[in-house]
Amino acid sequence: MNSRKNLFIFSYMALPVSLYFVFVLVPYLGAMAISLTRWTGTSTLDAIEFRGLQSFQRILSDEKFWSALSHNLLVLIVMPICTLALALLFAALFTQGLKGAKFFRIVFFFPQVMSVAIVAIVWGFVFHPTMGILNGVLNLVAQAFGRAGSNFPWLGNVNTVLPSVISVAIWQAVGFYMVLFIAGMQGIPEELYEVSRIDGASAWVQFWSITIPLLWETIRTAVVFLTIAAMDMYTYVTILTNGSGGPSRAADVLATYMYQQAFGGGNNSNPFGYGTAIGVVLLLIILMLSALGLRVTRREVNEY
Amino acid sequence: MAPPTPPISSYVNYSIPAKNGASWSALLKVFAYVLLVFWAVIVVYPMVWSLIAALKTDAEIFRTPWSIPAILQFENFGRAWKKAQIGAYIGNTFLVIVPAISFTLLLSSMAAYVLARFEFTGKRLLSTMFLIGMMFPVFLALVPLYLVMRYIKEFTGIPMLNTFHGLIVVYIAYSLSWTIFFMTGFFKTLPKEIAEAAMIDGASHSQVFFRVMLPLSKPGLVSAGIFNFLGQWNQFILPTVLMSNANVEAGQTRYVVSQGLYYFQNQQMYQSDFSGLFAAVAIVTLPTLIVYLVFQDRIEKGLTVGALKG
Repeated sequence: MNSRKNLFIFSYMALPVSLYFVFVLVPYLGAMAISLTRWTGTSTLDAIEFRGLQSFQRILSDEKFWSALSHNLLVLIVMPICTLALALLFAALFTQGLKGAKFFRIVFFFPQVMSVAIVAIVWGFVFHPTMGILNGVLNLVAQAFGRAGSNFPWLGNVNTVLPSVISVAIWQAVGFYMVLFIAGMQGIPEELYEVSRIDGASAWVQFWSITIPLLWETIRTAVVFLTIAAMDMYTYVTILTNGSGGPSRAADVLATYMYQQAFGGGNNSNPFGYGTAIGVVLLLIILMLSALGLRVTRREVNEY
Repeated sequence: MAPPTPPISSYVNYSIPAKNGASWSALLKVFAYVLLVFWAVIVVYPMVWSLIAALKTDAEIFRTPWSIPAILQFENFGRAWKKAQIGAYIGNTFLVIVPAISFTLLLSSMAAYVLARFEFTGKRLLSTMFLIGMMFPVFLALVPLYLVMRYIKEFTGIPMLNTFHGLIVVYIAYSLSWTIFFMTGFFKTLPKEIAEAAMIDGASHSQVFFRVMLPLSKPGLVSAGIFNFLGQWNQFILPTVLMSNANVEAGQTRYVVSQGLYYFQNQQMYQSDFSGLFAAVAIVTLPTLIVYLVFQDRIEKGLTVGALKG
């Protein structure tokens, strides 16, 4: 009987586990190993030379790496704050029983199911200097105030390219976190609100003293997700800047820089070793930030 | 981003007594709706505008973003489908995701069933191992994954890079984590007694799984299928690294949709066909829109379930 059970377990787990091992786990672990080597990747495994932490030393003095990292950090500050604020606001409105809430919810969530590639292509047009609607709208406003319009290149200017990319990411993310918070808010017992209403608390006070504390665990989850998303940004940056990282690489992030080093050809003498080293640093940063995020937001869990 | 708060807010609180609370909340309501409509416009308008642009001529697109097509240019869609090969990209995508989704669902539910219903040594380790895959961004694995694919060819002679079967296998592997997690939760909700009854009647573990548990888990499989459809239809990073169009004859493209769209967008620098590109965007968005509108409830619940319980 027991051997029948074991055979069953083995035969059902064998294929999924081996696929997962070969194509997911081995690459993640392999990244650690390759980052310690010098390897062009064009020759066989024999051509790998062990170089220890050389690639990591090179990272320390690589200005482009630090500039890309600083862009990630800007994303990390701006995107979660804006996304959380909008998502919480909408979720709070939708749990008040507003008429038409369902319709708005469906609309607001839709960007989340669109592919990042399509979102980026559409917004690439929105930001277009002459035929884009962003300048179209701004020029209408300018005309109304008797000013001349402009053809400002949002994605072609060093100062605006990164904020533009970030706003697209926020645009797409808000719906997801909104639905997440709505689900969390619906789990808060109605009596808590009723009791505080009798005590004369305003909706504003209720939001800060009941909703936010009881939603705290969900918000923490959201912070970790947004941290990971902020350290990624690969598809947005690639498509919105046509793979260039923006003018003077002003929107380059670690993921796009890594891709460019590993697969972008160019004059890198150690594409795979250096590319994966950047990936490993990125992984460490993500793990550190997630742990830090969870730590900073840790509170007594509210039982109810 | 939001329109300015009406200055009345503070004024109302102080000087108007509580019995006017109704008009205060009415005002708040108006403000809420203004905000909601404002965001709805920001969400919807770029898409509606792209759809209108898909029906314009290039000249109309360039003139002003507000122009209305004089004649609806439906041939943009035909040109996008054939000349820009969107049809071929969509065909390739289905060729990859139909088997990928089927096997993802089969393999994931097998593993999930075992993880949900059986005790055995190493179970915790396996569960943790699958969970890790949900936390790490895919691009961290890109370089080594590319090398794994190359070395499989070296050791077994089976080409993996730039092949449809290679992409299928990778899609399955990267969909396992989430799908196993989702299906494990689902199997745990099914009553144990049915399986036990079937076992007493002499059914084997496999028969119980395929004849009893799998049919019972249909709703879960449908949800998991929708998510995998959305995820795999939209996949961009994996095919970018694993699928190249180099060395293929004209009309034999290997690209999948998101890759093909990006390629088409890049082509605009050399040979502009903006109306065709807008039409292509509309064509590719359509399947997602339909799936979303039909399964909206399930998608909302399913997408957030992983986040809330994870």
